[in-house]
Amino acid sequence: MDLKVNDYTTDEGLTVINVEGEIDVYTAPKLREKLIDLVNKGKFHLLVDMEKVEFLDSTGLGVLVGGLKRVRAHDGSLELVCTQERILKIFRITGLTKVFGIHDSIAEAEEKRKGAK
Amino acid sequence: MATVELSFSALPVHVRTARLIVTAVARRSGVAEALLDEVRLAVGEACSRAVEAHRLHCPDEPVRLELNAADRRFEVIVSDTVPGDDPAGGIPPVHAAEDFEFALGDGTADLGLAVIAGLADHVDIETTPKGVQIRMSWPAEAEASV
Repeated sequence: MDLKVNDYTTDEGLTVINVEGEIDVYTAPKLREKLIDLVNKGKFHLLVDMEKVEFLDSTGLGVLVGGLKRVRAHDGSLELVCTQERILKIFRITGLTKVFGIHDSIAEAEEKRKGAK
Repeated sequence: MATVELSFSALPVHVRTARLIVTAVARRSGVAEALLDEVRLAVGEACSRAVEAHRLHCPDEPVRLELNAADRRFEVIVSDTVPGDDPAGGIPPVHAAEDFEFALGDGTADLGLAVIAGLADHVDIETTPKGVQIRMSWPAEAEASV
């Protein structure tokens, strides 16, 4: 299955990236390009919605880490929405649960962001 | 001879095909449904690593897989043909040092190997002058039916 990547920016300035499909060595460049494009457009607060991701490998993890580094260089943030155990397991194995903020829903991420302001 | 042997040209697009085939053979070999995701991901990681290594060093050489089901174990061997030249027997890095995307902290952590180690029931990585072999196995509940 191909990877679908769409985004929108909320009134609060949070850019939500909806990702659907399999993120692997073949499709990850598409997500990488999207993240780079958003940062180049001045979008530094990103929330990647992983709820429709069916497969994620280390290439995808690498792209997310790369995106995090890019937004942090601009005092930005890159957080995730994910409740799928099969995907969360990969973040736990690699220790990346300590690196990414992971939320149960977009609404929860928005609420926490408002609370942190 | 292995139960199933597979070789594919070193292109990222074929890694998904390899994952699908391995998952199907694992299921028929009696690997529990709950473990199939782990098999699929670990083998995908090993294939991705081999593809990247071949693309850097020998893009015309195919990546090889051997799938064996015997003695209530399902074993997958992913072989590349990129010689390991580390006298310590370390696995050669497949990502260029300047590849920013894969840099974690101060070093270049190979996330793929971390994922394989975390998912496979047993892992053995052998670096030889002929290439790197990643051997992974999982328990199979039933006797092989393939």
